[in-house]
Amino acid sequence: MTARPPHAKTPKLELIDVHKSYGRTPVLRGMTMDVAEHDVVCLIGPSGCGKSTLLRCVDLLDPIASGQILLDGADITARGVSADDVRRRVGIVFQSFNLFPHLTVLDNVTLAARRVHHVSKRDAEAKANELLERFGLAGLARSYPNRISGGQNQRAAIVRALMGQPELLLLDEVTSALDPELVGEVLGLIGELADGGMTMVLATHEMGFAREVADKVCFLSDGRVLESGPPSQLFEDPQQPRTQQFLRLVHQAGRI
Amino acid sequence: MPAPNKSADDDIRVPDQNPRPDGSSAERLGFWVRHETLKPALIAVASTVVVFGAGVWFVVSSPNWPAVKNQFFNPDDFAAAWPDVLDGFWRNLQMFAYSMLAIPVLALVIAVARSLRGPAFFPIRFLATAFTDVMRGIPLILLILLLGFGLPALQLPGLPKSAMFWGVTALTLSYSAYTAEIYRSGIDAVPESQRASARSLGLSQIQALRYAILPQAIRNVVPALMNTVVSLQKDVALVSVLGVRDAVREAQIYTSRTFNYTSYVAATVLFLLISIPLTRFVDWYAARDRARMSDQQR
Ligand SMILES: Nc1ncnc2c1ncn2[C@@H]1O[C@H](COP(=O)(O)OP(=O)(O)OP(=O)(O)O)[C@@H](O)[C@H]1O
Ligand SMILES: [Mg+2]
Repeated sequence: MTARPPHAKTPKLELIDVHKSYGRTPVLRGMTMDVAEHDVVCLIGPSGCGKSTLLRCVDLLDPIASGQILLDGADITARGVSADDVRRRVGIVFQSFNLFPHLTVLDNVTLAARRVHHVSKRDAEAKANELLERFGLAGLARSYPNRISGGQNQRAAIVRALMGQPELLLLDEVTSALDPELVGEVLGLIGELADGGMTMVLATHEMGFAREVADKVCFLSDGRVLESGPPSQLFEDPQQPRTQQFLRLVHQAGRI
Repeated sequence: MPAPNKSADDDIRVPDQNPRPDGSSAERLGFWVRHETLKPALIAVASTVVVFGAGVWFVVSSPNWPAVKNQFFNPDDFAAAWPDVLDGFWRNLQMFAYSMLAIPVLALVIAVARSLRGPAFFPIRFLATAFTDVMRGIPLILLILLLGFGLPALQLPGLPKSAMFWGVTALTLSYSAYTAEIYRSGIDAVPESQRASARSLGLSQIQALRYAILPQAIRNVVPALMNTVVSLQKDVALVSVLGVRDAVREAQIYTSRTFNYTSYVAATVLFLLISIPLTRFVDWYAARDRARMSDQQR
């Protein structure tokens, strides 16, 4: 375990020296980071640096080679830990929505509540309708995913992840597949969740948004956290040359 | 029915030179469609008549045709054999129905067993794989003979002795192995992200298959599944080797009694009466399914 002053609160999520490769390609090479409860942590970095992989590993969708991932101080990659139990505490929203095409929005959203948490159909649908309404999807509950827009799909995917009342929400570039108009809509919603105290880890290319919503920004490079800090510090005064270079490129692309 | 003079009027009308912005372009399209479909239809009819005419003439002009006609297409023998063959055919339909109930279930169990991941499921996966390999490796007729004559010979108490039972069992085992592979190809065609998405919600492996993967997988393979139904309907006839008095067996009995083969033609007619509409239906359904799929793609 890392040395920590005894009075400090256990972080919600902690990664310690996590290694992971796909075949012979190392992707995570000693990833160490922590996420305090109620914090919003943004992962930034060039394409292919391992942001999605990190989120998938935290949700135990991909096994890690070595290291530890602690949720509330307990190692979730240890033997004997039920992955299903962990996933019930952690919500993840994928870059490409991944709603189930054969189910309506409402059925997508209530599937886990009914089959995993054994909530009655009525209760599950009442709760789902409440959330759908809050996220502006009230009229679309009976629609199929391929009949609604990308932004609506993305919001439905967020509602689906929220239905399980996760303690930790992982969001993978939730705006990258959206039109600029819809980006604002989804980002506003995440801001709301942050205000509500949800602990979140976001992989994002929206630097403006990261600066606004994040408590901490981590710059990933070569499968490690190269530099991290509060957005004001990381964006205004990056220490590492790689970070400076990345932010300069982002600036030039007009994404800040 | 439109008035004849009106439709003739339509046909000779030349396309509007100054189409109105509303609807008239659709009318023009109708004009072209009528003409473009008429000609190919005529060609199709003409060529069919020529080809079939030539075929029939070729057969009928053979020197042995009168003898063959009497041996295979004798109306009196047809009428005489028909009741028994029809009676046997009910038995074919019965066996078809029983297999149709058992195959989808067994095949699904095997397909799911083969799709389970993780070392804990290795024995199940192994058994399911071995089953499909063995069942697909044995010619169906040998499987029917082995089960139909072998197992009753064991004289084990509680084991049914009915040839029909073992015939249906053999059909079920063999067809389940093939059908399981069809299911599996459907399962594999569902994107990995759907599985991840289901698991991330806390669904177990089985639940993810049941609620997220299989409904999509089965929808993908319905046309392929229906094709196996068509072929099963015919393969049921193989059970006649066990002495089950199905249509083929009855036809055989008639032949051995009269040295006339018209009874086989009668059996053939019965099978065709079922399989041709079935095949047409499968094609119609597959085409409709394709249209629906392409409509759904965004
Ligand atoms: N299933 C996989 N099999 C093999 N290699 C993979 C797989 N998934 C990811 N990779 C590789 O791992 C590396 C990191 O991928 P990852 O998706 O985590 O990057 P990312 O930081 O999310 O990139 P982006 O910003 O483009 O989404 C990439 O080089 C990618 O090619
Ligand atoms: Mg990614």
